Amino acid sequence: MSALDQVRDVRPVASGSRGWRRVRPYVLPVIGLLVGLVFLAPYLVMLLNAFRPSADIVQAPGSLLPREWQWDTFSQVLGDDRFLSWLKTSLIVAAASTALVIVVAVPAAYFTARFRFPGRTAFLLLVLVTQMFSPTALVVGIYREWFNLNMVNTYGALILTNAAFNLAFATWILHGFFSSIPQEIEEAAHLDGCSRLTTLRRVMLPLTRPGLVTAVIFTFIAAWNEYVVALTLMLDDARKPLPVGLTSYVTGYEQHWDQLFAASIIAIVPVVILFAVIEKHLVGGLTAGSVK
Amino acid sequence: MTVQTGAAESTDTAAPARQRRRGRRRQVGSRASVLSALLWLGPALLLIAGVVVYPAIELVRASFSRFSVTGLRLGDAGGTNYRRVLDHPDLGTVLTNTLVWVVAVVALTVLISLAVAQLLSKDFFGRRLVRWALIVPWAASLVITAKTFVLLFDFYYGTLNTVRDHLGMAPVDYLGSDTWIMPSMILVGVFVSIPFTAYVFIAGLSAIPDEVYEAARIDGAGPWQIYRRITLPLLRPALMVASVLNIIYVFNSFPIIYTLNDRNPGFGHDTSITFMYKLAFKSAEKDVGMSAAAGVFNVLLILVVVMIYLRVTRWREETA
Repeated sequence: MSALDQVRDVRPVASGSRGWRRVRPYVLPVIGLLVGLVFLAPYLVMLLNAFRPSADIVQAPGSLLPREWQWDTFSQVLGDDRFLSWLKTSLIVAAASTALVIVVAVPAAYFTARFRFPGRTAFLLLVLVTQMFSPTALVVGIYREWFNLNMVNTYGALILTNAAFNLAFATWILHGFFSSIPQEIEEAAHLDGCSRLTTLRRVMLPLTRPGLVTAVIFTFIAAWNEYVVALTLMLDDARKPLPVGLTSYVTGYEQHWDQLFAASIIAIVPVVILFAVIEKHLVGGLTAGSVK
Repeated sequence: MTVQTGAAESTDTAAPARQRRRGRRRQVGSRASVLSALLWLGPALLLIAGVVVYPAIELVRASFSRFSVTGLRLGDAGGTNYRRVLDHPDLGTVLTNTLVWVVAVVALTVLISLAVAQLLSKDFFGRRLVRWALIVPWAASLVITAKTFVLLFDFYYGTLNTVRDHLGMAPVDYLGSDTWIMPSMILVGVFVSIPFTAYVFIAGLSAIPDEVYEAARIDGAGPWQIYRRITLPLLRPALMVASVLNIIYVFNSFPIIYTLNDRNPGFGHDTSITFMYKLAFKSAEKDVGMSAAAGVFNVLLILVVVMIYLRVTRWREETA
């Protein structure tokens, strides 16, 4: 579908030609279903492949459906101690990185959005430049730093690295949301006797909820899937996070495509759950009604 | 209100530029001392200095050093590493690939995501499920998604060729032929970039109050006019964030190209990021110093590209 077709119905339900209003309840779900299927397709193939023996997957000619079904792949994976420790690492690292990013980014974003001070532009530029440094490009330097601090193989090193490289995005997006909140709202809170911190916590943060949710989701996913740094830092098999650990299902020595795919499906689940829990807050427009 | 200023801007841009700047400045608010700034920005500065700037300095240091094949530092190299990168016979190919890869993936991603976001910010039966489906490519590890696509694209047992076979078409070597590999990699790149981009746009769309649309409609604006004159200008911050971040992510993207291009020898289909990695770990040279020099070039290149983009779109007027 072209962008143009989509664009045509920017308007909320109230208007539009009568014909479109009549077919809309049927057309939109169908288009939605198709879009959803396109994005799920590779993962449906992944799911199918989790239910067939590894040898069946790489046998020519290919077949979409398993020629031989294997139902216990998921229980194999869930019973694998290695897998459970990778899952634990991923959960700890992703959750801690996200929390750290929010705690550090909120004050920075709020302050730069609301105040003028010497070095403000410099700080915003620094944040922007930080965003351009990929951990992949810097991985040699990163390893040497944690090695010198004797922190190779620790959760702390991975958490700090993930937090640092995702900080820029969170700061930037929150900065945008804070700037878009009219000053009047905050002034009103001040008049009512709120301190700067109380205003931030009680008035501004609830209003930036879509921004916060976006920052949380983005950071969590980035930390959950980070690969290159974890590959370099976490040499101890029990402390590897999922993306690194999973690849050891298919190596030169063993080829368990079935387990790789089953484990990958399981690895997607926590992110989708997190998303399902906070997705409704993404629907924002909260500021719209605040100033009357 | 800010929003209305933005809408007015699009109708006549020339005159009120000065006025707009004044408006912005008032919005930025009161002065603060450096000390209180340090208090609020301190943690962020510490984290950036400690974990981003320091390794960057190490990278620059490495780029001026000689290393053994096993990665031990042997001494100063002066500018040799940089000269060897610039003299590399494949540099032209690599830069062309990088340009094609970034421009194609970012442009397609932004266009398709605008459409997807528009659809998903409307109410319809099952919208939630579609939103959850959209998150999956983003939630999945890139390495694993890339591996899945290798399986889909495979010449002998790949799903795509199985489907082609059923339709009576000849199989295509998606990852092995010079014509198909780049489009195949771009497809995967766009596929994994859309969810993130669409969500930036959904958040941006949800921040536009309904009243603005209503006012425009009362004034007799048609749907296309509303989109071009109101939605797009008000979506501008989201568009900027999404484009800049996509340029950066796509430029720095490693797993897709590395995984899909795995079986092809040489640097014929590499971008500058995988080129850099291969210099250190997969080429005959195994040269950490040369790879670090390529890394420095990469950082400078993306810096210049983003700065040009921001200049062209006049970011500083809006935010700084």
